[in-house]
Amino acid sequence: MIKRSYWSLPYFIFMVVFVVLPLILIVLYAFQDGNGHFTLSNVTRFFTDSDSLSTFALSIEVAIENTLICILLGYPAAWILSNKQLNRSAVTVMLFIMPMWINALMRTLATAELFNVLGVTLGKGTLLFGMVYDYIPFMIYPIYNTLMKMDKSYAEAAEDLGANPWTVFWKVTVPLSMPGVMSGVLMVFMPTVSTFAISEFLTNNKIKLFGTIIQENINSSMWNYGAALAFIMLIIIGITSLIGEGKQSETEGGLI
Amino acid sequence: MKKLFAQIYIWLLLALLYAPLVFIAIFSFTESRVLGNWTGFSTKLYGNLFTGGMNGGGALLSAVENTLIIALIAAAVSTLLGTIAAIGIYNLRGRKKQTMQFLNNIPMINPDIITGVSLFLLFVFLGFSQGYVTVVLAHITFCTPYVVLNVMPKLSQMNPNIYEAALDLGATPSQALWKVLVPELRPGMISGFILAFTMSLDDFAVTFFTRGTIGLDTLSTYIYTDARKGGLTPELRPLMTLIFLIVLILLIVINIRAEKASKKA
Repeated sequence: MIKRSYWSLPYFIFMVVFVVLPLILIVLYAFQDGNGHFTLSNVTRFFTDSDSLSTFALSIEVAIENTLICILLGYPAAWILSNKQLNRSAVTVMLFIMPMWINALMRTLATAELFNVLGVTLGKGTLLFGMVYDYIPFMIYPIYNTLMKMDKSYAEAAEDLGANPWTVFWKVTVPLSMPGVMSGVLMVFMPTVSTFAISEFLTNNKIKLFGTIIQENINSSMWNYGAALAFIMLIIIGITSLIGEGKQSETEGGLI
Repeated sequence: MKKLFAQIYIWLLLALLYAPLVFIAIFSFTESRVLGNWTGFSTKLYGNLFTGGMNGGGALLSAVENTLIIALIAAAVSTLLGTIAAIGIYNLRGRKKQTMQFLNNIPMINPDIITGVSLFLLFVFLGFSQGYVTVVLAHITFCTPYVVLNVMPKLSQMNPNIYEAALDLGATPSQALWKVLVPELRPGMISGFILAFTMSLDDFAVTFFTRGTIGLDTLSTYIYTDARKGGLTPELRPLMTLIFLIVLILLIVINIRAEKASKKA
């Protein structure tokens, strides 16, 4: 088997062409004008255009709100599901995971249609509701997983040493489940910033998020500005995944 | 008391999560073209869906067909490419291994829109005309990392001596590969394939950017265009209901089998 290391070569070449080169192209297009000359104007345009900036700020705001609501609603659900005394059926767990397997566009459209029929005006409220609806399974699942894998003897030890259930929950269960919360945040936050179809459906195109303006620029052949916006998003992804990784290794280190 | 409260919370959340799907399912059994308007029980929409007899002239059916074909090809190629890659990466050491694992992580961390836009720029740059082939290539790009991730643990769980033993007992390297290595990796390959298949089915953004202008539609892009035109094709209602039921049944079957397997063990 030792000699099979060269088997990684086809995939290496594939990734250079379809992963690395495309990312380099984003950077290249971001710093070029329509004629292929180097320019900073695409990036400076973003920072001077109040429309782009406010869309960007709104996207981050919606993403933070969505992530917080998902944690607030999802954590108790994950906790109840993982607690053998409160929930013994695997069916409820499955019901929470199932929406992850159904096309997100379809679920969003169903939500938007339900709002329409109920006569709810589409706007920021419906946007947030729909976002939570779409992403909460991605928060519940990782938290549920870490809670299930958690060594229950820590909580029992805390109880034996005289902690009340409330203290046990806040001082033992919550800190131990942080890796799950972190991966939930990663699975909810960035997708919310970058989504475009979902926000269009849920607000009837009234509210634009960052993903939508990237899509609009690319589709109207303004590739360079679209690439610049994508480049800015790439930088944010880099930062959030670095923070996420740092946090995760901290908690893991703390456990050992 | 605590238990009752927990149960109420769980079922309330589930009721909210499933309300839109149930609503669509109920109104798939009426003919009305406007959603929310009950004009009596009818299965006409289901008939329309299967005979293609609807306003779109079978466009919806061909979108479903495209979605399934693209997902099957992408999942099959990803499983092959990813399994070979996993065996290669497993045998790499040091910096080379780290580099491969880092590269493998990129498509999983990137949001769909970045993958979509970057591949769009690639195909423009290379002068590829966009259509079926570019969509399949794009899907292979974001599916393969999941296959690699599913096959790698099987490689580390496996006892490397069995492979060596097969060679010592006179098997040719290709016999050892097919009779020893592949059966050991099969569970990882299967879960990788299923994951790749569902990722491909679910995708919207990447397809949207790489399908070009030849009018290629998958279910996701069909829904997107349809919703933007205003007024949802009524036949989408029975289609959504059927997909919902198929997923539900599949998950129940998988769960029952997993439970039986764990009881045996």
